[in-house]
Amino acid sequence: MISTRQGTMSDVPKIRLRGLRKAFGAKQVLDGVDLDIRAGHSMVILGGSGSGKSVTLKCILGLITPDAGTIEIDGRDVSKLSRVEREQVNDRIGMLFQNGALFDSLPVWENVSFKLLAQRRISRRAARDKAAEVLAQVGLAASVGDLSPAELSGGMQKRVGLARAIAAEPDIIFFDEPTTGLDPIMGAVIDGLIVDVVKRLGATAVSITHDMASARRIGDDAAMIHRGQIIWRGEARSLGDTGNAMVDQFARGEREGPIQMELRK
Amino acid sequence: MERTLSDRLLDPVAALGRAVIGLLRATGAIALFAGEAISHLVRPPFYGRLFLKAFVEIAWFSLPVVALTAVFTGMVLALQSYTGFSRFNAEGAVANVVVLSITRELGPVLAGLMVAGRIGAAFAAEIGTMRVTDQIDALSTLSTNPMKYLVAPRLLAGTLALPLLVLVADTLGVMGGWLIGTQQLGFASGAYLKATFDFLQVADVVSGLIKAAVFGFVITLMGCWAGYRSGGGAQGVGRATTSAVVASSILILALDYMLTAVLFSR
Ligand SMILES: Nc1ncnc2c1ncn2[C@@H]1O[C@H](COP(=O)(O)OP(=O)(O)OP(=O)(O)O)[C@@H](O)[C@H]1O
Ligand SMILES: [Mg+2]
Repeated sequence: MISTRQGTMSDVPKIRLRGLRKAFGAKQVLDGVDLDIRAGHSMVILGGSGSGKSVTLKCILGLITPDAGTIEIDGRDVSKLSRVEREQVNDRIGMLFQNGALFDSLPVWENVSFKLLAQRRISRRAARDKAAEVLAQVGLAASVGDLSPAELSGGMQKRVGLARAIAAEPDIIFFDEPTTGLDPIMGAVIDGLIVDVVKRLGATAVSITHDMASARRIGDDAAMIHRGQIIWRGEARSLGDTGNAMVDQFARGEREGPIQMELRK
Repeated sequence: MERTLSDRLLDPVAALGRAVIGLLRATGAIALFAGEAISHLVRPPFYGRLFLKAFVEIAWFSLPVVALTAVFTGMVLALQSYTGFSRFNAEGAVANVVVLSITRELGPVLAGLMVAGRIGAAFAAEIGTMRVTDQIDALSTLSTNPMKYLVAPRLLAGTLALPLLVLVADTLGVMGGWLIGTQQLGFASGAYLKATFDFLQVADVVSGLIKAAVFGFVITLMGCWAGYRSGGGAQGVGRATTSAVVASSILILALDYMLTAVLFSR
């Protein structure tokens, strides 16, 4: 739980979504998403598989163009930015992709320091040391830096992805299922790391997770997406006991409740 | 709903119309894609390392295939034209026919088709895999423009590497013809070579190199485009690979005709 810095930030949310809609073919994935993400806080987004959580993050990053709605970052409507301005906004955002999305043509160390090298903030020689330093933070030995991503286990790839997302010390960090595929202890370590990074960098974090223990550990705020809309938002620590039947069913993982899985018989 | 006979008869027409519209739309999209990639070639940052890597992959690693193709083509040309020309007692023209066919047509076209199979497929598969595993999206979150990083260096490398390959193919093709000419058809080595170079003009070689540059551009463009636009997992990447090879092969043959018409219109 991160509870520092409250009140020191201005009232403008870091990220503000209004009426975000996106359909793929006939499938309406996002159907009017409204969400404010407070600067310097950690937000956890919950929702069933396929409910559009990853799509929401990709819309914010400009990787998917929404059909309707506005996205404001620091009070600026990103759809009105020029390409250069948009790139400058993205320079300050880090993203851990759900499947890692590591570059398999590059060794791990170049993956980790890719953004620093791309922004020419660091020499190639220094990049190796920096990579080793960040890898250590996610519990990986420096020797891992010389391997190719294909030589890593799934959990190791996840941690390298995490290292890559935080290496350039972004203002905003998106974690798409950071602890999926990790053993419980490593999951807790990564949660701790996320809390620590957010605190240290003063960053705004948005995490997607299916793990309630993890959600309570890393989140200040939480929101739940269902049928393309945000149906609840509140404090992450209240998860499981929010008074909202849908959220509580989801958080407790109960089969019976207002949410019916759309299973075809 | 009841479908009349005329409805059914018109089905192929509708399908043809859809295909034409689809083709036009794709052409426009590819042209925009190419334009954007080219615009990145003149704006920093430049990825020299990636250009070199692509250049080596195209030029160096295609060398064995292209060389073999060229030698055998030269040999076959010498044999076939000898058979044909001996009927008119014009065996002397063999060297001439070999060198002109190779430099003007077969060098660029065959090298192009070989490279289309290797490089078009490789680029489509590599970039397609990056697309379906979110690596292209990851690039844009890492302060790197994917068009500039993935497409622009490859396009440049293809455009420059193919002429080089074709120069080698020209040389080896002529050597293949010379080999058959001197070893099997009874030409004197000096006379064969003299006949080869007496009739050869700079324009013959240059026109072949221009074709090669165009083919190199088209092959890498189709490979990158198919990969970039692919979706739907491993199957989608497979489709992208196939369509890159098919499209660039057809384009090579069609463009070869058009370029020949333009370059030799006088
Ligand atoms: N590029 C795309 N093309 C077509 N459909 C897509 C695309 N991306 C996502 N979708 C669809 O949008 C829906 C939401 O996908 P999304 O990846 O956001 O789910 P999610 O909430 O992240 O689920 P999970 O928890 O399983 O990761 C899915 O039904 C998916 O099929
Ligand atoms: Mg997802």
